Amino acid sequence: MKKLRTLVLFSLLALTTVLCACTDDKAKNTDSITIGIAQDIDESLDPHKMVAAGTKEIFFNVFEGLVKPDSDGNIVPAVAQSVEVSEDKLSYTFKLRDGIKFHDGKAVTIEDLEYSINKFAGRSGSEPVSSAFSNITEVNVVSNDTIEIKLEKPDSAFLSYLASVEAAIIPKNNADPDNVCIGTGPYKYVSRTPLQNVVFEKFDDYWGEGGNIKNVTFKICTNPDTIAMELEGGTLDMCIHLTKGQKNELANSDFKIYEGTMNLVQALYLNHDFEPFKDIYVRKAMNYVVSSEEVMDFVSDGYGTKIGTSIYPNFGKYYDETLSSVYDYDLEAAKECMAQSAYPDGFNMTITVPSNYDQHVDTAQVLKNELAQIGINAEIQKVDWDTWISDVYLGRKYESTVIGVDAANLSANALLSRFTSDASDNFTNYSNLSYDEAYKAAVDSFTDEDATANYKKCASILNSDAANVYIQDLPDFVALNKAFEGYTFYPLYVMDLTKIKAVK
Amino acid sequence: MGKYIIKKLILLIITLLITSFVIFLIFELVPGDPAVDKLGTRATPEAVEALRVKWGLDKPFILRYFQFVTSVFTLDFGVSYTYGISVSNLLKEKMVINLFLSVMSLMIVVVVSFPLGVYVAKHTGGLIDKIMIPLNQTAMSIPSFVLGLLITFLFGMVFKLFRPGGYVSYKADFGGFLYFLIFPAVALAIPKIAMCIRLLRGNILEEADKDYSLTAYARGNNTTGLLYRHVLKNAVMPTITFIGMIAADMICSGIVIEQVFSIPGLGQMLISSISTRDFPVVEAEVLMIALFIMVISFITDVIHAILDPRVRI
Repeated sequence: MKKLRTLVLFSLLALTTVLCACTDDKAKNTDSITIGIAQDIDESLDPHKMVAAGTKEIFFNVFEGLVKPDSDGNIVPAVAQSVEVSEDKLSYTFKLRDGIKFHDGKAVTIEDLEYSINKFAGRSGSEPVSSAFSNITEVNVVSNDTIEIKLEKPDSAFLSYLASVEAAIIPKNNADPDNVCIGTGPYKYVSRTPLQNVVFEKFDDYWGEGGNIKNVTFKICTNPDTIAMELEGGTLDMCIHLTKGQKNELANSDFKIYEGTMNLVQALYLNHDFEPFKDIYVRKAMNYVVSSEEVMDFVSDGYGTKIGTSIYPNFGKYYDETLSSVYDYDLEAAKECMAQSAYPDGFNMTITVPSNYDQHVDTAQVLKNELAQIGINAEIQKVDWDTWISDVYLGRKYESTVIGVDAANLSANALLSRFTSDASDNFTNYSNLSYDEAYKAAVDSFTDEDATANYKKCASILNSDAANVYIQDLPDFVALNKAFEGYTFYPLYVMDLTKIKAVK
Repeated sequence: MGKYIIKKLILLIITLLITSFVIFLIFELVPGDPAVDKLGTRATPEAVEALRVKWGLDKPFILRYFQFVTSVFTLDFGVSYTYGISVSNLLKEKMVINLFLSVMSLMIVVVVSFPLGVYVAKHTGGLIDKIMIPLNQTAMSIPSFVLGLLITFLFGMVFKLFRPGGYVSYKADFGGFLYFLIFPAVALAIPKIAMCIRLLRGNILEEADKDYSLTAYARGNNTTGLLYRHVLKNAVMPTITFIGMIAADMICSGIVIEQVFSIPGLGQMLISSISTRDFPVVEAEVLMIALFIMVISFITDVIHAILDPRVRI
């Protein structure tokens, strides 16, 4: 009797489990999408105060500047319908787009433009979002749909500054931009819950083509080990910036993997105040002995794009492909350079690397082995991100570090300005007179051709001087549920939701 | 009894003071600047300095510690650097999550392990006992987070009883919230259940061998009567201490389990606030956890004292 009871109970339990397993998922609801992001957004919702790359990346969909970048890296009109640049390149005239509305339904007025420009350029008492905006001398309202910005000196990259999220147009009458989020983009901000999610909704009155999916939820997934499971389990429909491991876990699943690049310059950055790195032969030897291919094989299954200077391929006209093969792996050349240097027997050095970035830690490991071939004994020191910022980036108390440097906008000086001798963000302490001259010539150039030629010269100096050991532009993987399609990579660190649509 | 409680309370406050000082000191010593973290690498030094002044980070260490201690007594932990909202508000929600998780898990432990422990002790050498011993060993040696992954895989991916990482806020759907928490609670409970059963079984067998049990038999008690009326009362004492320890440990193990199940609780908050050097949040949180553990051990002590008058001396 007792045994029978147990048997019945057990079979009931088994039955429930099996039945539960049978309830299949309903057909995928393509009105909503849940996207995994690795970190929470900034505290302030004021675009002019946004700092974290991950915040600006998604708010690209909420805020727009007078102009904005497209997926090919061109600057296209946004809040402004058209732009006219004067002959002397000192005056930019913007015409306000007809009928454009803010997310609260109010029309965008010329006063909003004037207010926003003055705010992000630091002309109304606040800090300018970028030092480049201190070049603005006047902001004049010409008529009720035209505004003019005057510059002190020509800057060929001026429009690309205006195309960033930090230069967004926001309404003048919004008293609390930190907490009330109103923009003109294709998606409007709905809500946020710290460490849980951020919710966007499609903006129906958008001036352009707009989005295809109504509700977008960004789920904050701080634990990288569970992301693949959450994707497969159906909690997430999409996840950006996957690692090699996560990508491989999803190999046989309902997800399409999009491959692009991270738009970073990953290198072993050298502190030029460290005695051995003052010797150009040492730097050249290190460049010869480091094989980008080996790093890519080890770190990302061979994905990635080899680079030879501080410009990555998506920078189009500034990118010179030939530079990437100057220091192809050549052990003999490396040994020769070492013999000519002041350190023929090698030396000891430390690679400081932020421990939260697996790809940089792995890269450092490969570099350590490669450098050992020419007698350089590298020791890896892992530090947490905040320590890296304060000791390496700001304090410049390090010998070498592996990191990826990104660009704030699509102008070449976003990547090149930091190597001028007196740049405040020159964390490598690089100093080279001919570089400074070439850079100054580029900034002062009157025509775009001149500027481009000079920027390219800068890039080639960094290469010939072996300023750092340049490695690659890291690969970037995005997983998207097969119910959706259309994810598009940008040459900048932004995610465009409007490109994603349901598969019919 | 009153004196005993007062003595314990004073000890508790002293421990809290020491804990808070250690936390404060540690964060004074680690490198990294919350202002820089907040403003990013492109911020001007003036802006960073201004923020440091705003947060009072320019003041000397002792002064800041003193302010922190006084603020604790008013239950005002300041404003989070990262989120700009008051720390108490931020932690309130997280506390609810972890409280439910711990209580649910503890309930599972008690409900499952007590009857099983008594049953196994009563039928020593029986089939169930023979199965339970190796099963117990296995359950004890698997860490909670591995169990968490197994449970996620089995019940989340294979049987689809829940969606991995599909946590629902208790504000949105309380039933769904409780349902989701069952799985991490089970993952937390299983190793503890194994330990509890083993402890209870051992204690019962030990007590059953004592002289008073023999006397009780002699007086005509049968095994069941002896077990429930005499042995259990004595055997359960160490288990209660153990349950108290488990309760304290639940908060800490919960931090790991949260990661596995992507629950936005205290643990995730703690980890993210440490990495952004969000001092007010970290300090408040560590202090809360310390307080929680101490309060539980205090309650266990008091229960003990009530059950066993010898402890009070």
